[in-house]
Amino acid sequence: MLTKKQLFTRGMLDISPHMLSVIPFGIICGAIGVELGFHPYLVYAMSFIIFGGASQIVFLQLLSGGASSLVAVASVGIINSRHLLYGAVLSEYLEKLSFIKKLLISYIVVDQGFAESNKFFKKNKGEEFLYYHLIGTGGTLWVCWQIATLSGIILGSFVPEELGLKFAIPLTFIAIIVQDLKKIDHVIVMITCGLSSLLFFDAPFKSYIIISPLIALFVAALLLRLKK
Amino acid sequence: MTLASIIFAGILTYFTRMTMIALISRDMLGDKIKAVLEYVPSAVFPAIIFPAIFINDYGTFIEMNDPKLFGALVAVIVGYFSKNIIATISAGLASYWFLIFVVFN
Repeated sequence: MLTKKQLFTRGMLDISPHMLSVIPFGIICGAIGVELGFHPYLVYAMSFIIFGGASQIVFLQLLSGGASSLVAVASVGIINSRHLLYGAVLSEYLEKLSFIKKLLISYIVVDQGFAESNKFFKKNKGEEFLYYHLIGTGGTLWVCWQIATLSGIILGSFVPEELGLKFAIPLTFIAIIVQDLKKIDHVIVMITCGLSSLLFFDAPFKSYIIISPLIALFVAALLLRLKK
Repeated sequence: MTLASIIFAGILTYFTRMTMIALISRDMLGDKIKAVLEYVPSAVFPAIIFPAIFINDYGTFIEMNDPKLFGALVAVIVGYFSKNIIATISAGLASYWFLIFVVFN
C-alpha cells in the first residue's frame, strides 16, 4: 500500500515529461492574449478561472475577431465538454471521496493529467488513496500552467514564432496514446476519431472536438458487440 | 464585460469537469458503458492530434510535404519503441526543426 505522499510524488513524476509541451504552450497562450490587445490581468484571469489551454486561445481569438461574448463562451463550453468523458472514466476511482473533495478535485482534471492518472489507476486499482496521484498530476499541471502563462504575459513573445512550438501539443498526445497502437480495436477507434475531426473541423463552435469522440465511442461500442 | 464572459466560461468549464465526478454515481453506468469508456483516451485525443497536424493556421489542409507530417511520423515511431514521453516529444520536434531550418531553408 502506497502512502498519500508516495502517490502524490508518483503523480508529479508521471506528468513531468509533459511539461516539455505544456510550458511552451502556456507561454504562447499568455503572449497571444497580450498581442491580441487584451489587458494582462484578463489574460491571466483566464488561466486561473478557465484553466483550459486551447479553449483560452479560442476564446480570445473569437472576441478579438468581433464575435459576441455568447459565441465565445459557448465555444469554450463545447471545447471543454470532453471533460465530461474524463469525469465518467475517473468517477469509478473517485467514488469513495466526500462530495466536497469531489468538488475540489474536479477543478484540476485536465487532458494530460487525466490520461496519466487513468493509466496509473488501471494498474493500481487496490490502492486506497489513488486520488493523490490525480492531485499530483493535476496540481503540477496547474502550477506550471499558471507560471507559463504569466511568463508569456510578462515577457511577450520572447519565444520566436518560427520555432513552431505549438507543434509540441499534438506530440504530447501522440506520446499518450501511441502504445495503444498495438491493439487493433484501439487503432480503429483512433482513426475514426481523427478522420471525423478533419471532416467536422468546420462545424460551428469548434464542436468537432466533441462530435468526433462521440462517433469514435459509438464505433467502439460496435466493436465490443462484434467481439462477443 | 470581458471579465464577466471569462467567469461564465470558467463556470461552464468547471461544470464539464465536475458533473460526472460529483453528480453521477458509478452504479448509474452499466457494464456496457464502462466497457466503452475504456476507449476514451483513444476516442478523444486524435481529435486534438489530427487537426493540429493536418490543418494549418488558416484552416486549410496541409500539403503532403508539410514538415509536421514527418515530425508526427517520427514521434509515433520513436514513441512506439521507446515508450518514453520525453523521447517522443523531442524526436518529433527535432525532426520538424531539422526540416524547417536545415532542409527547407
